Amino acid sequence: MKRDRMPYIPPAERATPDLDSGKYLLMWQGPQHPGITGNMSLRLVIEGDTVVDCETHVGYLHRGFEKLMERRSWMQNFPLVCRIAVPEPDFNEYCYAAALEELSGIQIPEKAVWLRTFSLELMRLASYLMWIGGQAGSFGHGTIIQWSATMRDYVLDLFEELTGGRIYHMYIIPGGVRGDVPAGYFKHVLEVMDTVQKNLDDIELVMYHNAVFKLRAEGLGYIPPDWIDRYGITGPNARAAGIKRDLRKDLGYLAYPQLEFQPVVGSKSDAFERARLRLQEMYQCIDLIRQCIDLMPKEGPFRAKTPNPLYWKVPAGETYVAAECTRGEYGFYVVSDGSEKPRRVAVRGPSYTHAVSVMERLVRGVNIADVAGLMVSLHTYPPEIER
Amino acid sequence: MNELAERLARRYDAEGWHEQRKDLASISIPALRVRDVLAWLRDEEGYKHLSFITAIDNIERGVFTLTYTVRNHDTKHSLMVHADIIRENPVVDSVHLLWEQAWTYQRELKEWFGIDCPGSPRKDEEFVLEGWDQLPMMRRDFDSLAYSNATYAERPGRVTHDPAAYMKAQLYPEADQ
Amino acid sequence: MSSKKIEMAPLANEGLPLEERALFCDVPPREYEPARGVIEDFYNWARSQSLWILGFGTGCGAIELRPLMTSRFDMYRFGIQPRATPRQSSVFVIGGYASVKTLKRIVRSYEQMMGPKFVVALGSCTINGGMYWDSYNTIKRIDQYIPVDTYITGCMPRPEALLAGFQELKKIIRAGRAEGQNLYARNFEWYKENQKKVIKDWNMPDYNW
Repeated sequence: MKRDRMPYIPPAERATPDLDSGKYLLMWQGPQHPGITGNMSLRLVIEGDTVVDCETHVGYLHRGFEKLMERRSWMQNFPLVCRIAVPEPDFNEYCYAAALEELSGIQIPEKAVWLRTFSLELMRLASYLMWIGGQAGSFGHGTIIQWSATMRDYVLDLFEELTGGRIYHMYIIPGGVRGDVPAGYFKHVLEVMDTVQKNLDDIELVMYHNAVFKLRAEGLGYIPPDWIDRYGITGPNARAAGIKRDLRKDLGYLAYPQLEFQPVVGSKSDAFERARLRLQEMYQCIDLIRQCIDLMPKEGPFRAKTPNPLYWKVPAGETYVAAECTRGEYGFYVVSDGSEKPRRVAVRGPSYTHAVSVMERLVRGVNIADVAGLMVSLHTYPPEIER
Repeated sequence: MNELAERLARRYDAEGWHEQRKDLASISIPALRVRDVLAWLRDEEGYKHLSFITAIDNIERGVFTLTYTVRNHDTKHSLMVHADIIRENPVVDSVHLLWEQAWTYQRELKEWFGIDCPGSPRKDEEFVLEGWDQLPMMRRDFDSLAYSNATYAERPGRVTHDPAAYMKAQLYPEADQ
Repeated sequence: MSSKKIEMAPLANEGLPLEERALFCDVPPREYEPARGVIEDFYNWARSQSLWILGFGTGCGAIELRPLMTSRFDMYRFGIQPRATPRQSSVFVIGGYASVKTLKRIVRSYEQMMGPKFVVALGSCTINGGMYWDSYNTIKRIDQYIPVDTYITGCMPRPEALLAGFQELKKIIRAGRAEGQNLYARNFEWYKENQKKVIKDWNMPDYNW
């Protein structure tokens, strides 16, 4: 594929290359490929250095969460859910907790609503900071990750101060949040936000104005707007195609209706546009975190009264709670049959569509060197596919 | 939204409309009409976005309950469409022609529950497991713990407590007497 | 190096189709014979100072490798760096739980690594199954399938714990006690038996080097 023919729309049908003809090469990328986020492998058929056909293989991180959850009580499940998606566990916690509260009819206090919003935005920032290092690295920039991973670490330090955990926080528990804000905490947050923002300015200069990154990312992985509904694309990938769709605005959960923000929308829908859009969302996260701190009630309870977790029986019913995570629509479908254990918990991860059907089609006709960059630009994360 | 329930009932014998939240409702339809209903919802009613497909093993009733969750992005409303299929011979129409990502979910249904969707691409390939020779593992009659104990070597010394009894003994030792 | 007679393999790559069997090695691994006295000490010192880890993040513990290899925790100052291929690396970091599908790749990658090679296992899941103790798809102890030199506990271990673990590994190597590779060679058939018990569709060579 010549770059001047980009953006181009790959064919819908899978090619049927004759592997014995000697014209093609069968190659596996992954699971231990450093350019891939999480463990997942791509079975690529290559002609020259162009990908002709791709098959995705997942399941390297399958732990059977949905089965394990049926074996544990409602509260015992709580440490499990956050481990489904490692870079941003808080969204799992929120969806699970919100589903439980909805089924049990628990109202959470005002302060918990704000603290949840705050920690979700902080998590979103951390996850984007992780992503930007991968995106730069997959296009050959080693410097960006040195900066962004450190910035992410500063954000994780904030989490450690708030929750005691670095990666897994288990902070948003059913009924509210696990603890109050420590004294002087928001001062630290604002300091870190200033540092991160300054760093983001640098990253923009170094990465987004770099000729190599621009040349390689522009036109790569074009997603036409009419794919959005057909493929079920959500999140920044959909917004980069000009579809204004953000669950934070649409569903208006938590404190988002009271915050002032507009979904960032792009138009060109290629890898560069998606990267640009995510950078803007990072600035938006910082802004939302500052707004949260300003508007948050200073006093009040942070946790509602919940039943004894050892004997907690959730009334029979079912619900689906969705939230806008970094990659798109993250949802928990929870079914209770009125007993001490869930009947069924199903997780809807945005990568389910992005990393399998969308990826398999987009990668056709792409240069082999750009496959990793394309994959990171869709921001896929395999554990939420296989759970 | 109740007009939608009526229309669904009239056209497709749907029943059991249940409003869970103001932006979420569920309804049951006969399994034979799954593809018709979803195509109609997508094309006529604006439920264009397929969130996910999954199944619940209702072993007591001898059925799998399929759940298709679709969202209308204009009205911000989600609808969970349920359909029961019998457990002995679980087959349901494939919806991979309606949504391009549906075949992945159907592949998952085939591997995790043994639910067959004829015509769905690559449905018989292994999805997340390799060399699995047991019952489909998300069925309720597959015992994960028994399989794990029988297959994987364990390090001795691991103890499991009943949480309630353990906490009682640790925190309130005088309650026993 | 060794004057011992090379014994042919009892396991003749049975998982492979006939025409592919000849493509792979058919000799079981041999134990390493140390050099004499001070020379071996020198070797061990050199080995301990340059640990190249395989860039295969097998579980969620791998997420802490990224802060570790970037500027804040900076493992390069300890002589540790990631490599992309098993052929170049000497340390395999098992990053937490291993599902059966991954275990197959772990075994293959481990056998492809050149000796001397060491294994560091992270997290509770590699030690006794951790919170996935009743899962049908994750193994409960990794040392049944490949030898482990050091464990780092935690769920998940922090970068500081990882650094401490690597320092511990260095001490072990310097003292010449990192016997994992020899253990694997000595009990090769036992390891293979365990691996095949779990990996049901064994379609890879028995000897991957």
